[in-house]
Amino acid sequence: MKSIADIKAIRDKMQAEIIARDIKDNDDIRVVVGMATCGIAAGAREVFASLMDEVSKRNLKNVKISRAGCLGMCKLEPIVEVYAPGKPKCTYVKLDADKAKNIVVNHFVNGNEVAEYMITNE
Amino acid sequence: MFRNQILICGGTGCTSNHSRDIIAEFNKQIAERNLAKDVQVIMTGCFGLCAVGPVVIVYPEGAFYSCVQVSDVTEIIEEHILKGRIVTRLLHKEPDKAEVIKSLEDTNFYKMQTRVALRNCGVINPENIDEYIAFDGYQALIKVLTEMTPQEVIDVVKKSGLRGRGGAGFPTGMKWQFTHDAVGDEKYVCVNADEGDPGAFMDRSILEGDPHAVLEAMTIAAFAVGAHQGYIYVRAEYPIAVERCKVAIRQAREYNLLGKNILGLGFDFDIDIRLGAGAFVCGEETALMTSIEGNRGEPRPRPPFPAVKGLFGKPTLLNNVETYANICQIILKGADWFASMGTEKSKGTKVFALGGKITNTGLVEIPMGTPLRTIIEDIGGGIPNGKKFKAAQTGGPSGGCIPAQYMDIPIDYENLAKIGSIVGSGGLIVMDEDNCMVDIAKFFLEFTVDESCGKCTPCRVGTRRLLELLEKVTNGNGTLEDLDKMKELCYYIKENSLCGLGQTAPNPVLSTLQFFRDEYVAHVVDKKCPAGVCKNLFHFTITDACKGCTLCARKCPVGAITGTVKEKHLIDTTKCIKCGLCMENCKFKAIIKE
Repeated sequence: MKSIADIKAIRDKMQAEIIARDIKDNDDIRVVVGMATCGIAAGAREVFASLMDEVSKRNLKNVKISRAGCLGMCKLEPIVEVYAPGKPKCTYVKLDADKAKNIVVNHFVNGNEVAEYMITNE
Repeated sequence: MFRNQILICGGTGCTSNHSRDIIAEFNKQIAERNLAKDVQVIMTGCFGLCAVGPVVIVYPEGAFYSCVQVSDVTEIIEEHILKGRIVTRLLHKEPDKAEVIKSLEDTNFYKMQTRVALRNCGVINPENIDEYIAFDGYQALIKVLTEMTPQEVIDVVKKSGLRGRGGAGFPTGMKWQFTHDAVGDEKYVCVNADEGDPGAFMDRSILEGDPHAVLEAMTIAAFAVGAHQGYIYVRAEYPIAVERCKVAIRQAREYNLLGKNILGLGFDFDIDIRLGAGAFVCGEETALMTSIEGNRGEPRPRPPFPAVKGLFGKPTLLNNVETYANICQIILKGADWFASMGTEKSKGTKVFALGGKITNTGLVEIPMGTPLRTIIEDIGGGIPNGKKFKAAQTGGPSGGCIPAQYMDIPIDYENLAKIGSIVGSGGLIVMDEDNCMVDIAKFFLEFTVDESCGKCTPCRVGTRRLLELLEKVTNGNGTLEDLDKMKELCYYIKENSLCGLGQTAPNPVLSTLQFFRDEYVAHVVDKKCPAGVCKNLFHFTITDACKGCTLCARKCPVGAITGTVKEKHLIDTTKCIKCGLCMENCKFKAIIKE
């Protein structure tokens, strides 16, 4: 026996799960994780999982996480690039699972780019 | 949380191209590589682009792989899933620019479509009710049961301007109103999924890809008209659709979305499936209901209309699958949203099944009023092999042809009726210069002669006499008087037949006579078939370009070609069966059709 509340609960739970598939909206923040061999070796899988986990926990429907191949700067992996509408691309380097969580909180939720993880000219 | 989701089409088109084996292979390899926690394999309904099936889409990238083989699975897993490198080799290519398309939404085929009825097809797993709920499934039902009265529901449907998608285009809201107003202790709600038009398969696709949308809409309809029992009448030839409907009904019952006291809101409604044995006439509403009752599927005169006296003599609401597929969206997004699409009298979108001489065979959904040219050239990718467009046939055996000069008229119910065709259930068969229009008319008439149920004389005898006249023409024995006789007989059949089958059966003949009379005249006066299709009206000859390679003589199945090496060969026209093998095989283009 299901009630209206049950149906709504199923809907919310499932929407979080299938968010990955909904790529129609162009106002989304697009997050690309470099996941070629170099990235994976440096821990990109953990970064990816951490991003997905945090985004779904916070129910951020406007964040779309996808993966890319090697960006050519293998020594800086894991690399994450963030494309937000109307803003220049932001590249984070040498991430780990905890740094990824910080990015979700500070950048995606509060809108403050995390300067200390960003790529520099060194 | 899954890292990747692999969507594989499980519609009929891709299934016949072994998509089930691909699904099994993905599952096997994912299990072997311990990826089951990261990667989810989902079987979906039809994506619409059946021509390039089997179709596989990998998310989150949305990479759109076409024509995938079982042997490609390893590469997709190793490259794409493990290393994150999209397998460019397998990505779908647009035929004209040979450019690789990464995402489904970027193809011309999808860009120009507006998907309402097909919105979930190829997106959700049709055998998982939770996915349907995630895409706002059953929200319309909750809204209707908690916030609206039956009359309010009917008013919304009326205001939306939705018209029956089965072919006739009767306003859906009016039908609901009539059934609502009819007096009866019991009422029924039925869905017509007896899709019989050659070349039309949108109803199958909806039932296969999004069965819950139909169940939900039927429940809403039942609430609006006051029914407590529904029937899905579906062809037994659609085994996948039948199976998914069964699964969907079972899941809806488990969730208390069907049955007694739905969601604890005090409304009872349940649905059962009835299988049709494939008779074309059972798509006609009165014959369909006779068939559900367990009798031989034959139509009966109307009135009384089903809304007054239908299934088991009770007021019955009968709508097409595609009509129902629009209902939930109309309830959720409002009548004005739906009415904002389409033309003045034909609102919303319509699904067409593109077939025949067209590059992208498949299902397309476009707003009413889209010109035929857009459908064929932009969405359909044009005619293959650089041939010229001759006509498009809409509405199957009940419809007519749209010739090239009408390619720019906006397609809706009124405009097609004006030129002697109908929207019909949405089959759209494209013909190029190699198609003989007399032969096309003959093909559709053969179908109706076969499918006439035999109850009334004009249809049973009339269509057969008409076919005999057509055969006379294609055999080269016709006269100009025969053409006039045919026209007269057409009108006679139309006016005197009992049901829609007979009343529309002559349409393909009438329409080709109107637009392609020159081809008929060529058949009867010049005894020629301009397209070279009618076998009695052409023969093959060998020209001086023949080098005497003897290939044609060796290929000829009946030994009609004679000649010695390095000398011109000869065809014995009395032996020739006109199979065309010699012409196909000649390397010097020395064999021509005359």
